[in-house]
Amino acid sequence: MTTVAFAPSDEVDFLVIGAGASGGIMAKELATAGLRVVVLEQGPYLRESDYSHDELKYTILPGLTNDPKAQPITYRKSEQEPAKLYKAIEYGRQVGRGSVHFTANYWRLHESDFHEQSLCGDIAGASLGDWPIRYQDLEPFYTKAEYELGISGLGGANPFEAPRSKPYPLPPMPVKSSGVLFETATTKMGLHPFPAPLAILSQPYKGRAACVHCGFCESFGCEMGAKSSTLVSVIPLAEETGRCEIRPNSYVRKIEVNAHGKATGAVYFDQSRREILQRAKVVVLCANGVESAKLLLLSTSKEFPNGLANSSGLVGKHLMWDLGLLAEGLFEYPANEYKSVQVTRVIHDFYESDPKRGFYGGGGIDARFDFYPAGFALSGLPPDAPRWGVEFKKTFGHYFTRTISLLSHTTSLPMESNTVTLDSDVKDVWGLPAVRITYAKHPDDVATLKWITQRQHEILETMGAKKIWGDPVDAFSTSRHLMGTCRMGSNPAKSVVNSYGRAHDVPNLFIVDGSNFVTSGRQQPTATIQALAYRAADNMSRMAKAGEL
Amino acid sequence: MLLTRREWIFGSLGLAAMHQVLLAQQHATNAVQAVVEGHPVAFEYLDTAASITLTALATEIIPSDDGPGATEAGAVYFIDRALTTFDSDKREQYKAGLRQVDVLRARLFPASSNVAGLSRDQRRELIRGLETSEFFEVLRTHVVLGFLADPEYGGNRQEAGWKYIDFDNQMAYEPPFGYYDAHRNNEAK
Repeated sequence: MTTVAFAPSDEVDFLVIGAGASGGIMAKELATAGLRVVVLEQGPYLRESDYSHDELKYTILPGLTNDPKAQPITYRKSEQEPAKLYKAIEYGRQVGRGSVHFTANYWRLHESDFHEQSLCGDIAGASLGDWPIRYQDLEPFYTKAEYELGISGLGGANPFEAPRSKPYPLPPMPVKSSGVLFETATTKMGLHPFPAPLAILSQPYKGRAACVHCGFCESFGCEMGAKSSTLVSVIPLAEETGRCEIRPNSYVRKIEVNAHGKATGAVYFDQSRREILQRAKVVVLCANGVESAKLLLLSTSKEFPNGLANSSGLVGKHLMWDLGLLAEGLFEYPANEYKSVQVTRVIHDFYESDPKRGFYGGGGIDARFDFYPAGFALSGLPPDAPRWGVEFKKTFGHYFTRTISLLSHTTSLPMESNTVTLDSDVKDVWGLPAVRITYAKHPDDVATLKWITQRQHEILETMGAKKIWGDPVDAFSTSRHLMGTCRMGSNPAKSVVNSYGRAHDVPNLFIVDGSNFVTSGRQQPTATIQALAYRAADNMSRMAKAGEL
Repeated sequence: MLLTRREWIFGSLGLAAMHQVLLAQQHATNAVQAVVEGHPVAFEYLDTAASITLTALATEIIPSDDGPGATEAGAVYFIDRALTTFDSDKREQYKAGLRQVDVLRARLFPASSNVAGLSRDQRRELIRGLETSEFFEVLRTHVVLGFLADPEYGGNRQEAGWKYIDFDNQMAYEPPFGYYDAHRNNEAK
């Protein structure tokens, strides 16, 4: 396909930074609305033919994610301690970004998620807040996302879900052994299992082929194009307009502003590390919940000495984590969970925060298996399993096809002390300061994890597991759901952007990605990131046409 | 041919007596045999002494008692590939680790002259003395990858590791995938 190429000196209508879950939608929506768009992406432009089932490349080496050797990340639990090198966060780093390698869980938020502060009250030590919108404001855009991208699921099967205007466009994926056992057990327990909503095609859709159940979804790019990434769904539509250029290997280091405090474009390093300024009338930052904050903090100027769009001082604050624990069970017969999509059944019975539990928080639980052969032998076995020798070998040999996991997806309270800042002691290979993550769980997050992992173990028992093990409650791992560092709100003193992602401080700068989240939901942020992107893009193209930008 | 090359390998180690090796447990010879039979010695980074020691350790991490193990899968070739590519920064760790292994071997078994010449019980005792070390963790990780990672990295030969765990390496599957979804109706009763 021949695509348009704009000169950097050409002032395009929109400059989108980041070609991921939200940036891909921005590109398509703005370009099809007749606007001229350049999308700058840090990573390369890979296609289905570039992907493979290579476990080492994609799960142990950073095949599709940020490489800490090139872009170091430092981590500390609190401001009081020194930050050490640690890949605390991970994100997709190629065209399509996280939408390419994610597991493809596609949960809408519940109605309660948008006003949990009103429902639950203040939580000590946290900044729980209401969103500036309600579920019904976002519902049409959830539906639009599901139909444009191609989501499989069964509307109405989850009795706790918020009202939907339309069913899912595609039926759910076939149930796996984990789903069968989970469904039988949770039903017996009086709970309400439902087919997992997934951004994976259960049937051919919009010229794309259906999933062939190869099983390599999480951490992998889909070789069949059946995972509904922005790469295969909306980005081609953006390029077809002839008005959108996706420019890969373009790593932005600064958003430029003029003396009037308006954004004028962005300076980026191209593949040869030359610095180039792309001019634009409007800048849309879709770089993710960590990289967007980093770029704003890097974009200091006389007008914005503390970073761009940061008069509130909240840019980089309220980072929320990808919380949840894995519980695993050994079953009598081979479930062969390595085949097909990772997840086929979910419960939301414990989703809502319940004051009777004595703490804020809740979560969903899914039945899954997201190990690949070597990773399973190295990190999937019970803690009492031998670590070498013939018994080690027999254990991973027997367990690989007979293990089923339950993963919880729980609340991560927004806290001002959990932050993305710049670490000037450590530089990336381009010479930019490293991202420094400061994060510790809120006590209620820990209480939620402890409580929900007990539910996971009960379910595994009811499922008939012969042996049960899992993550300890204090397990801490890399976060892949990057949320909260540019929260949305109507009060410019207490938020960074409005509900359309428009920066309070810079009229022609928008920030639209996971950073906008006021609360964490119960993880699985992608559907909401994309619904917010459709809503923001709709507003932007209307404003652009009305000459308001 | 086989004996000649085996002799050559051991000869290059400067062993005092061939009989010491021939008396060693089956796996030590199996290890070398696989190296010799399957593929000519063509390591990019490891020298012969290191490759034989690593093979002898790998064969205790994933043994061959109940079918092909690390040795037959060519795990040591994976290690060589790792140390010449994505884990080249672990070379010093391997050098230091191999010295650590040799010091411990000499202390535990003063009459021995190399790891491959130890009996299996002796090698297991040696590993018990190493298993909390950082080097062992790296070695264990590499051996597991050499058994179960994609064969293109030099290990998991003939998909030996995948066959062992019943991972049926296909590009596409159709339901039912496993026992419980195949027997769904029975389960529901």
